[in-house]
Amino acid sequence: MEKRVKFRGWLLPALLIAPQVVISAVFFFYPAGQAIWQSLFIPDPFGLSMQYVGLGNFEFLLSDPFYRASFVTTAIFSILVTLCSMIPALFLAVIADRLIKGSGVYRTLLIWPYAVAPAVAGVLWLFMFNTRVGVVSWYLGQLGYDWNHVLNGGEAMGLVVIASAWGRISYNFLFFFAALQAVPKSVIEAAAIDGAHFWRRFWTIVLPLLSPTTFFLLVVNIVYSFFETFGVIHTITGGGPQQTTTILVYKVYSDGFVSQDLGSSSAQSVILLIVVGLLTVLQFKFIEKRVHY
Amino acid sequence: MAREVHGMVEKRGSGLWLTHVFMILGVLVIFFPIWLAFVASTVTQADIIRPPMPVWPGDQLWTNYKNALFSGINVPVGTMLLNSLIMAIGIAVGKIIISLLSAFAIVYFKFPGRNLFFWLIFLTLMLPVEVRIVPTYEVVAGFGMLNSYSGLIFPLIASATATFLFRQFFLTIPDELAEAARVDGARPMRFFWDIVVPMSRTNIAALFVILFIYGWNQYLWPLLITTDPEMNTIVMGIKQMFPSGDDFAHWPTIMATSILAMIPPVIVVVGMQRLFIRGLVDSEK
Repeated sequence: MEKRVKFRGWLLPALLIAPQVVISAVFFFYPAGQAIWQSLFIPDPFGLSMQYVGLGNFEFLLSDPFYRASFVTTAIFSILVTLCSMIPALFLAVIADRLIKGSGVYRTLLIWPYAVAPAVAGVLWLFMFNTRVGVVSWYLGQLGYDWNHVLNGGEAMGLVVIASAWGRISYNFLFFFAALQAVPKSVIEAAAIDGAHFWRRFWTIVLPLLSPTTFFLLVVNIVYSFFETFGVIHTITGGGPQQTTTILVYKVYSDGFVSQDLGSSSAQSVILLIVVGLLTVLQFKFIEKRVHY
Repeated sequence: MAREVHGMVEKRGSGLWLTHVFMILGVLVIFFPIWLAFVASTVTQADIIRPPMPVWPGDQLWTNYKNALFSGINVPVGTMLLNSLIMAIGIAVGKIIISLLSAFAIVYFKFPGRNLFFWLIFLTLMLPVEVRIVPTYEVVAGFGMLNSYSGLIFPLIASATATFLFRQFFLTIPDELAEAARVDGARPMRFFWDIVVPMSRTNIAALFVILFIYGWNQYLWPLLITTDPEMNTIVMGIKQMFPSGDDFAHWPTIMATSILAMIPPVIVVVGMQRLFIRGLVDSEK
């Protein structure tokens, strides 16, 4: 789409876009280019010079068992976060949609956790499951279950998943609720006259109508669990125990800043870049489809 | 008839009652972590380190919050709150200004390189700051912007989501308005100030809400570039309050800080709920 009416001149538009161009060039394109460039080198042990290794960093990474494990961890983590945030959200949205009055009040209460930063959410959940003072871990102990996410990798994963999914329930709820309100009531009423019960109506009519929203939320939540959950993992587990909660973004951070392995960290950034690219393409494909819908 | 059908679809009586019970249970479960944090911020350390901690608030609210705000653990939480506020507002306002200007240029002007520019900013949509942290850190360090507000703000406004939103919106402004402005001999910037900006008011407000939350909740970036506790933001500063050794963390202060860290974004989200939902839906489109 284009405007029929355009202003003339080039100096003014150049000045108008200058701030964005300068900021993007300095803080975006240059660093992104650097990441790609550095991924082809390894620094010598004294950090004085760089040695060109071609795709050596990538070959090394892809054969590194820790990096491969981190891929698997990220996959498990993002699938679990997506499921644990979407299913409860859909359930809450479905029951809120049945209410004629009061759904606004519940909505106001339910969107609270969205405003809580992932890192703060991490601290709240860490507090509940803390091995020494946590309320939940204490009651679990009373029931004979010895909770220790500091030593047990499975429990650590469970805890970071719940803490990451918690705030997302609000977000998903808002989108599901809006989509449900847009489902034409006449379709539902027709099915009700035909004698379809609530759950039958839900599975055969409502859920298929929600599929564009569901697909959209799937992609968005996967992107969220890849890139925005760093705070949760850093506050609760620090990637441990034994790297069982080290997702890809956490590894870029720990290799780049903690171990100062720049070549490897840059190569990891480039791999992540490709992953983001694929996810973005997926998202845009879907948006195109929705427009034609 | 219509009424009966309505009754079949929208549950009444016992069904309605059950729906409310489910909703309330859902809200309670979702709220539980926040409640517990609030309770912990109103009791003494001794109450907490002898589990189980109480589930009703104690009488230490004033002491704990005063202690956190004015002394804190590494730095007063008041300082961190101010840093967060400056960062969040800086990101929101900065991003809105640069994207309003560049979207206006893209939509209302024909200039060489316009398409190239458009595709370049399109690329910035794809790469979150988490992916390019090491080189971005080097750039910021090179400019001597570590431990500064500009270092906290600029790298996070280098993305084009807002430019896209404004572009989409400007394209819906009727052509007649620009035509009339040109016939009247109005200069482009006059048209921008008198017509485009006022018409974008709601979009600007909705975007402000989303960007404020985005900026306030940043964690990794402030963690990397603010080594001086005086420059810590509240969201990243909480983690710094945990002792490194085997000591007990001072939970009442930490939990009071957590509550303080969520109050501003919660006020923004709940207080501007309609704008927030609009901004959310718009920015994901």
